[in-house]
Amino acid sequence: MARMKFLCDAERCIECNGCVTACKQENEVPWGVNRRRVVTLNDGVPGEKSISVACMHCSDAPCMAVCPVDCFYHTEEGLVLHDKDLCIGCGYCFYACPFGAPQFPQAGAFGMRGKMDKCTFCAGGPEKDNSKEEFAKYGSNRLAQGKLPACAEMCSTKALLGGDGDVIADIFRNRALKRGKGSEVWGWGTAYGKPDHPQQQAPKGAKS
Amino acid sequence: MISACRFVIGIAALVVTAGLAGCGEQEQVVVYHQGKYQGKPDTKPWENDPAVSVYTTSKWKAGDKSGWETALKSRTENQNEYTRAE
Repeated sequence: MARMKFLCDAERCIECNGCVTACKQENEVPWGVNRRRVVTLNDGVPGEKSISVACMHCSDAPCMAVCPVDCFYHTEEGLVLHDKDLCIGCGYCFYACPFGAPQFPQAGAFGMRGKMDKCTFCAGGPEKDNSKEEFAKYGSNRLAQGKLPACAEMCSTKALLGGDGDVIADIFRNRALKRGKGSEVWGWGTAYGKPDHPQQQAPKGAKS
Repeated sequence: MISACRFVIGIAALVVTAGLAGCGEQEQVVVYHQGKYQGKPDTKPWENDPAVSVYTTSKWKAGDKSGWETALKSRTENQNEYTRAE
């Protein structure tokens, strides 16, 4: 198996935040922590683009390189996971990550920073699979149940794909070839279908 | 007299043994290897029996890595609505 990856199709993402909600619900993520979020460019302008961002499970992860206590590890599936028992909450990984994936829960009167929390690709962490301890620290372990991350499986437009990098790359390639480009991708034709007889004129007086 | 002498020698031996044991150098903290994962080992996702999980469509036997990969691949293919619609 190749490496597990996420792929977000900016042409399809409609900024519904379903992935964010699915992640929070599935993993019971604490208040103030978003393992996944949707970023929109040119918001409100025609042609705006949205993309769902979380930990990209880098092959050469910068968080792993800067961690002073070496609490990160790569699984055989290429996921970047970490041991919360070792994490000291220093925040180095947050500065190193280009995606802002590491999150820190804050608590107490002075907003003390807790241990780092991030997307696990719904693969839990270094505790017994699907145990209470694993769920409390890392959230759901869907991979050990033969499922894919909740965000990708819940995505209504299938903009967010998750799984084996080779397989989702094939899905995306096939999609990109079939849908065309430019105005074919989004707009009236995509939403309501192309006219059966393009040469046919609309009757006079009819609304266009 | 002899038994008292033996007792003293015994006590002295115990003190010396305890004292020498105190001189032994034991690691007080986790041995740190630079650049290597220091945490607990993780289990593999295919080591589980899928029967314990609820609402799953994937089937494999505990420890069967290729079975788990096949199950997950077919689940990944479900994300392709072009093939699902055909």
